[in-house]
Amino acid sequence: MTALEGVDIDIRAGEFVSIIGPSGCGKSTLFNMLAGLIKPSAGKIYLDGGEPDSLLGKIGYMPQKDLLMPWRTVLDNVTLGLEMDGTRRRKARAQAMEELPRFGLKGFEQRWPRSLSGGMRQRAALLRTFLAGREVMLLDEPFGALDALTRQAMQEWLLELWATDRKTVVFITHDVEEAVYLSDRVHVMSGRPGRVELSLDITLPRPRSYEMTVSPEFNALKQQLLEPLHEASRKQMEEVR
Amino acid sequence: MEAAPQRVALPTRETPPPGTPISVRLRARLRRFAPPLTFALLVLGIWQLYCTVSSIPESSLPAPTEIFSALITERALLAENAWVTIQEIAIGYLAAIILGVGLAVLICSSKMIERAVYPWLVVSQMVPIVAIAPIIVIWTGFDLRPKIIVIALVSFFPIAVNTIDGLKATDPEMTNLLKTFGAKRWARFKTAQFPAALPFIFSGLRIGAALSVIGAVFAEWVGSSEGLGYLILTFNNQTSTTEMFAAVIVLAFIGLALFALVGLLQRLTIPWYEDARFDDADGHEGGS
Repeated sequence: MTALEGVDIDIRAGEFVSIIGPSGCGKSTLFNMLAGLIKPSAGKIYLDGGEPDSLLGKIGYMPQKDLLMPWRTVLDNVTLGLEMDGTRRRKARAQAMEELPRFGLKGFEQRWPRSLSGGMRQRAALLRTFLAGREVMLLDEPFGALDALTRQAMQEWLLELWATDRKTVVFITHDVEEAVYLSDRVHVMSGRPGRVELSLDITLPRPRSYEMTVSPEFNALKQQLLEPLHEASRKQMEEVR
Repeated sequence: MEAAPQRVALPTRETPPPGTPISVRLRARLRRFAPPLTFALLVLGIWQLYCTVSSIPESSLPAPTEIFSALITERALLAENAWVTIQEIAIGYLAAIILGVGLAVLICSSKMIERAVYPWLVVSQMVPIVAIAPIIVIWTGFDLRPKIIVIALVSFFPIAVNTIDGLKATDPEMTNLLKTFGAKRWARFKTAQFPAALPFIFSGLRIGAALSVIGAVFAEWVGSSEGLGYLILTFNNQTSTTEMFAAVIVLAFIGLALFALVGLLQRLTIPWYEDARFDDADGHEGGS
């Protein structure tokens, strides 16, 4: 079975790119390929102009679940990536301690993950990805499980973070508003086989503010994305029937 | 004492969180042990009463007070033989842990090995140890060795099975995450697979602990000239029922002590798991 077909995406360094589509459209497959977990049967993935044998260990990856290890404290969880890279423990910890305030986790370093709120757990997971130090970060619906208010706060916070560090972010979501609010460009995918239906540049100025989400420009962009998305979802439903 | 935090006073609390004052911890502990102790005293009281009122001979059912005095008069003999049994259990149980965990790791290391070994692991439990123990004695003699082998054979199985379940319980997404960090197999085993298996392993260790005591008694029955199992058999032959009961009680305490030791080890090794269980008590209070 072909999961993906005709996915041509070009992501520039420092860009914030979102991929949006109905569930089952192959987003996860694409994501796992970008992370190096699955090898594409056809087609190529280039990184910095080169074509690496394996992308494992080269891309920052944050899955939907926070996957914090319950047997590790917050501090030992966020340094996991550094530890796997062979960074000395003391250095890794110092680096983590420095970043904790920015991720709203100061004072929580010795806590077990289970004692954190959902938002804090997601921030800890993001810090873990961030500390691994990859230039490209894949975020798979990181705020999907959060309540609306926490989600909004997390989006603003993520934008601030991104503005400071300018890492390349590939963001998966099925929330159109979230995609428009955060991204430089949004790719709409449809399923079976998964392909890119539309690539839309989000021309809204930066820094973005939450007031923009009710502006006419914002709504126009949203409308442009909703159409192909709606079509893709409808097709999916029909196929199921 | 008066200022005890309200949260510790809940009946469902088993272990107070770290940092709780000693007095509060003591009270929580007391609250935990009070019901079983009261129940034990009640049963002992009825037992004692029955022995006094009825004319049942001591050789059939000795009264608790008689057993207690036998514990004291025979203390030297009991202690000497208990020491032998404790040594057997200690070595046999350790062997069972090494064998159980080792086999589990081996089985989980490759599908091929799993397919080849796992069915035989199960078959090994279908062979009654009771039946092969005499053969083991014939092969190895009357010393410590057959006891260690029997104990290990009896108690390694639950340890192995639980460890296998634990090693297989790793979230595949966790494995993926570690792969994207560039973690190789051994690193993944060390950081995710094994720690995640520890609660399972400890479950196996507790069952194994209980079985190891049974194994020790049984091994001594088959061929031995010392140890509590041997003592029980000897007392039985002499219809010294009171002393037999005394020996059984010592044996029970050895089992309890081993069980408690495993529990202590668990609290020290996986504190995150204990805390998790404690936190869970928040949700359902008023139970039990």
